[in-house]
Amino acid sequence: MANEVVDHGRRRFLTVTTAAVGGVGVIAAAVPFIKSWEPSAKAKAAGAPVVADIGKIESGQMVKYSWRGLPVFVVNRTKAQLAALPSLDPRLKDPKSSNTDQQPPYAKNEHRSIKPEWLVVIGICTHLGCVPEFVPDIKPEPFDPNWKGGFFCPCHKSRYDLSGRVFDGVPAPANLAVPPYHFIDDTHIQVGVDPKGAA
Amino acid sequence: MGKRWSGLGGWITERAPGMAPMYRKHMSEYYAPKNFNFMYFFGSLAMLVLVNQILTGIFLAMFYKPSAEAVYPGVSEAFASVEYIMRDVDWGWLIRYMHTTGASMFFVVVYLHMFRGLMYGSYKKPRELVWLLGMLIFLALMAEAFMGYVLPWGNMSFWGAKVIISLFGAIPYVGDTLVQWIMGDYLPSGATLNRFFSLHVIALPLVLLLLVVLHLAALHEVGSNNPDGVDIKKVKNVEGKPVDGIPFHPYYTVKDLFGVGMFLIICAFIIFYQPTMGGWFLEHDNFIPANNLVTPEHIKPVWYFTPFYAILRMIPAKLPGVLTMFAAIVVLFLTPWIDRGQVRSVRYRGTGFKAALVVLVIAFLSLGLVGAGVTTELIPALLGPSADVTLWENLFGRIMTLAYFGFFIFLWVYTYFGFEKTKPVPERVTMHD
Amino acid sequence: MTKRMLISITLALALLGAPLAAWASEGGGLMTAQVNVRDTASVQRGARLFFNYCVGCHSLHYMRYARIGKDLGLTEKQVMDNLNFTGAKFGDTVQSSMPSADAQKWFGKAPPDLSLEVRAKGEDWVYSYLNSFYLDPSRPVGWNNTVFPNASMPNVLWELQGIQVPVLGHEKGEDKPVVERLRMDKAGQMSPAQYHAATRDLTAFLTYVSEPAALKRHSLGVWVILYLALFTFLAFMLKREYWKDVH
Repeated sequence: MANEVVDHGRRRFLTVTTAAVGGVGVIAAAVPFIKSWEPSAKAKAAGAPVVADIGKIESGQMVKYSWRGLPVFVVNRTKAQLAALPSLDPRLKDPKSSNTDQQPPYAKNEHRSIKPEWLVVIGICTHLGCVPEFVPDIKPEPFDPNWKGGFFCPCHKSRYDLSGRVFDGVPAPANLAVPPYHFIDDTHIQVGVDPKGAA
Repeated sequence: MGKRWSGLGGWITERAPGMAPMYRKHMSEYYAPKNFNFMYFFGSLAMLVLVNQILTGIFLAMFYKPSAEAVYPGVSEAFASVEYIMRDVDWGWLIRYMHTTGASMFFVVVYLHMFRGLMYGSYKKPRELVWLLGMLIFLALMAEAFMGYVLPWGNMSFWGAKVIISLFGAIPYVGDTLVQWIMGDYLPSGATLNRFFSLHVIALPLVLLLLVVLHLAALHEVGSNNPDGVDIKKVKNVEGKPVDGIPFHPYYTVKDLFGVGMFLIICAFIIFYQPTMGGWFLEHDNFIPANNLVTPEHIKPVWYFTPFYAILRMIPAKLPGVLTMFAAIVVLFLTPWIDRGQVRSVRYRGTGFKAALVVLVIAFLSLGLVGAGVTTELIPALLGPSADVTLWENLFGRIMTLAYFGFFIFLWVYTYFGFEKTKPVPERVTMHD
Repeated sequence: MTKRMLISITLALALLGAPLAAWASEGGGLMTAQVNVRDTASVQRGARLFFNYCVGCHSLHYMRYARIGKDLGLTEKQVMDNLNFTGAKFGDTVQSSMPSADAQKWFGKAPPDLSLEVRAKGEDWVYSYLNSFYLDPSRPVGWNNTVFPNASMPNVLWELQGIQVPVLGHEKGEDKPVVERLRMDKAGQMSPAQYHAATRDLTAFLTYVSEPAALKRHSLGVWVILYLALFTFLAFMLKREYWKDVH
């Protein structure tokens, strides 16, 4: 052995190159395995946009729909309920909906919706994922003597107003999320698709 | 401490002092003969395929459902979940084809690995234990492959399960009870599917891994054989290292890396361009859901079982047929004691051995063709449409069965009574490249 | 690797390969479909035929409309307007519009799902089957098929193909007449060449449906093999470099 001088530079170069090319191959081969965990075509089909007929929801009422397995609350708010919203601003964590993760741009307003009276939110408490209760009436409640209507989470007493905005001093960190949705016509909304022109 | 440890290797050595010697024993100071040829790639390739089967299998088990309940009329949830993997799961098709191609390539590699052992006498003293452990791996692999084949619950899965399990019915007295116990029902059913799934993904892989570790441990105790069948430990240098040996790492790691590259090119071609291999790797009839009322017209096992299946078919009685088929595997176990020859490698063995080995290969491949039903189609093409297919096929298949067993009988007679005229074996290994 | 070894391996492969090749070249009397699933226009025309003539009875349990759209380059609107007549959602799988209980009653046997028909039977078989219907008043539906004798399916494409009738002949030693070939009795809307092309398109669509991943498989495989060739070349260089030590 070792009659000839070993070209260590060439040897190291070939080792490093082969290892690098092999490493790239291993990473590329890992991609299909990682991607296989993405929602499958079946899951995507089951989570497809949902059309909701809201024509029969009377003023002051709420109806729950299911989209991607999540409860979607659709509330037809009364004039009085809407009028009370601005007065709550000082008691809220994020009154101006500054956290852009919680709603699409077209719902970043006082009523957090496309049409003022129609609230569409995902009914999942931003604290630990419980489903809040709908407590619409403007009247003193055990948990809040100045209640103006909203949502109350039974798990850890987080409270939200009728725009899904979270109160100060409760465990939930953020406002209820508004899903992408748009109005097909006056009585139908589609949850899961943004309005035309809005990204 | 007074000692300075550097890096992760040092950190580990401090805590597990046995690791570094283990690495030296099996890799950097495992001295392998320097004259390995092409036939010596298949051991490490088998290991590669095993890793591939485990990895892809883990992912398939995430999406596959071992249920024979109907999701559509006549379609089981298991069958539908395989199509779910093929269509709805991102890249599921690739993972599945890697697994199905891997299964067949496992047998390609293992058969060549076994043939290598026969060629160069790798089963001879002191490597009998290595050979026996290898044969156990082969047995476990056959069980693993069979149960995996049942899982898609296609019509071939169902009837394959039915026929193979029925083999146990040939056992006198307990046969029928045993068959019912294995199936957990009166026919292969959801119960069978569920237990086969469990055995396929948990029990047999564990057994296989354990056997592979033992196979390698036993090999590294005695050292590898080589194409010259020369014992490299006889000639050592001043350091006590075999003169004709080279450290496995780096020399055989880089060589095997090249072998892996070649092998993967072949596998990639199959996976991407011939995933069914014209019906040899994935059979047409298995794209039809399991139907307990309709037996597929061309019922046959997957190609890697066909030689043994042919032996079964060639014996015109149930119990003797089953026994003969098992005997075909048992003789392989016994090869180290059947072969009494003094010389290991085919290079220096008598002409009789070389001829017999060629006959064995021809017999094994021919039995494969008989078992796969190729001869049934071929006989009318060769002998005219009026030829008696069964007659000719049985004649051919029985000659080949005799040839298969004849190899082992001949080998014993040839070596036991000293008929073999061997060539002188060199002291040192020879290099041909 | 010795030369002898190479020769013996080649011989062994030839021994195995020759009869296999001979066997594979036999078509079993079927017509050759020669479909090309990468010919998107052909597969699209086949899809249109399938959804106009076949989906009434035959489902594609594992095939989603959305996937057909994506793979055939069609928008959601195009798929929903041209292919989906059952009111199914875009993400749904293709179900036939006929309840299987009714099918059982009308045809004596539920029409099979066609998702995997080509993988099970082969494209040549499907193509030949579509071209081999003939009028047979002795059958309950009035039709028979030379490729699949006594099939329970009528020729739903007869308006396109026309009506074929059998030319009977006698085989040596057989009492009953056998169908020697088919003769066109009444021309359809399509010429024979047009009809061959149309059934080829339909077969192409069913071939695509039986394995939608084939499209991806074909396009990706080249790159994987090229990469592996590069890796193998580097590994070979590395092996040669290290093995300079070994004499």
